[in-house]
Amino acid sequence: MPPETMSDARASALAVLPAIIAMIPFALLLGALAAQKGLSPLEMALMSALVFAGSAQFVAIDIWTEPAPWVLLTVTALLINSRHLLMGASLAPKIRHFGTGASLVALFSMVDETWALCEQRARSRRTTFVYMVTMGAVLWVNWVAFTTLGTFVGALIGDPAAYGFDFAFSALFLTLIVGLWRGAASGVAIAASAVAATGFHLAFEGPWYIAAGGIAGALAGALYGPSGDLVTEAGE
Amino acid sequence: MMSEALSVDPLVLLAIAGMALVTYATRVGGWLVTRRMVLTGRMRAAMDAVPAAVLTAVIVPMVLATGPAETLAAGLTVLMSLRLPRLLTVALGMAAVVGLRALLY
Repeated sequence: MPPETMSDARASALAVLPAIIAMIPFALLLGALAAQKGLSPLEMALMSALVFAGSAQFVAIDIWTEPAPWVLLTVTALLINSRHLLMGASLAPKIRHFGTGASLVALFSMVDETWALCEQRARSRRTTFVYMVTMGAVLWVNWVAFTTLGTFVGALIGDPAAYGFDFAFSALFLTLIVGLWRGAASGVAIAASAVAATGFHLAFEGPWYIAAGGIAGALAGALYGPSGDLVTEAGE
Repeated sequence: MMSEALSVDPLVLLAIAGMALVTYATRVGGWLVTRRMVLTGRMRAAMDAVPAAVLTAVIVPMVLATGPAETLAAGLTVLMSLRLPRLLTVALGMAAVVGLRALLY
């Protein structure tokens, strides 16, 4: 391997390390909750390996029932991961030198953390294929391993509500929402979503309130008007 | 025991396949489209609003429609997240809901 490739791989693995340490407890928790919903370790491993999207998997397990509501789960994953569309649009000019095949591989590993690290790197020098894929692969291996491990450890936990684990999803997402805050436009979207989702949740059986809230938030965002850092970022 | 660990339900597999497919589509979709056009104005504002809106909708039943302990704990969690690291905030939010439930219910 050329020395440049080696140093890129090393820098990439080091850069993603904090994200991995932060991810491990949540991966174990996800596996534990998945086991309580009746997923087998292999099913958890398959989901983590193929979907590889933390928040979407947390929501999926949260709304999971038996038999698996696959249409709802698919639509929900699409809504939650729609942010990837913007992330990919923003990253596109920075990975243009990859070529099509390499981009299709690298983009499989694009999660919030690796996307942010690649954007950060692109500000000072070129984001290479090795840089993007190394961190993606390291994160992927750990995600699959620890979510699967969680399904075994999960049996030891018992009633999740006794330790507030039933609130863990909500607490985690609240911190993510705070992290996504971009001023008044976010407030309008969040308020619209909260109102619509509450109404749907109280009025209708089943978890369709998620789509209702997402669509209401998007409409409110559009009505409130063009805004946001991602606009200029992606326009570059 | 081993066969249980390795069991895969067909409907579960279908759900995983669906989730995996749409997720990968979102990962390559933005990259594919921006080669030809750039989303602007209200369309982009709508897209921009989706992640926070969806995350909000997901937690509505727990945060707004369960009881005062959960709603209060959610408020505390938001305040803590302004200062504290994410993992610590989540742990303290969980502790807050346990404490508030004991106090209020």
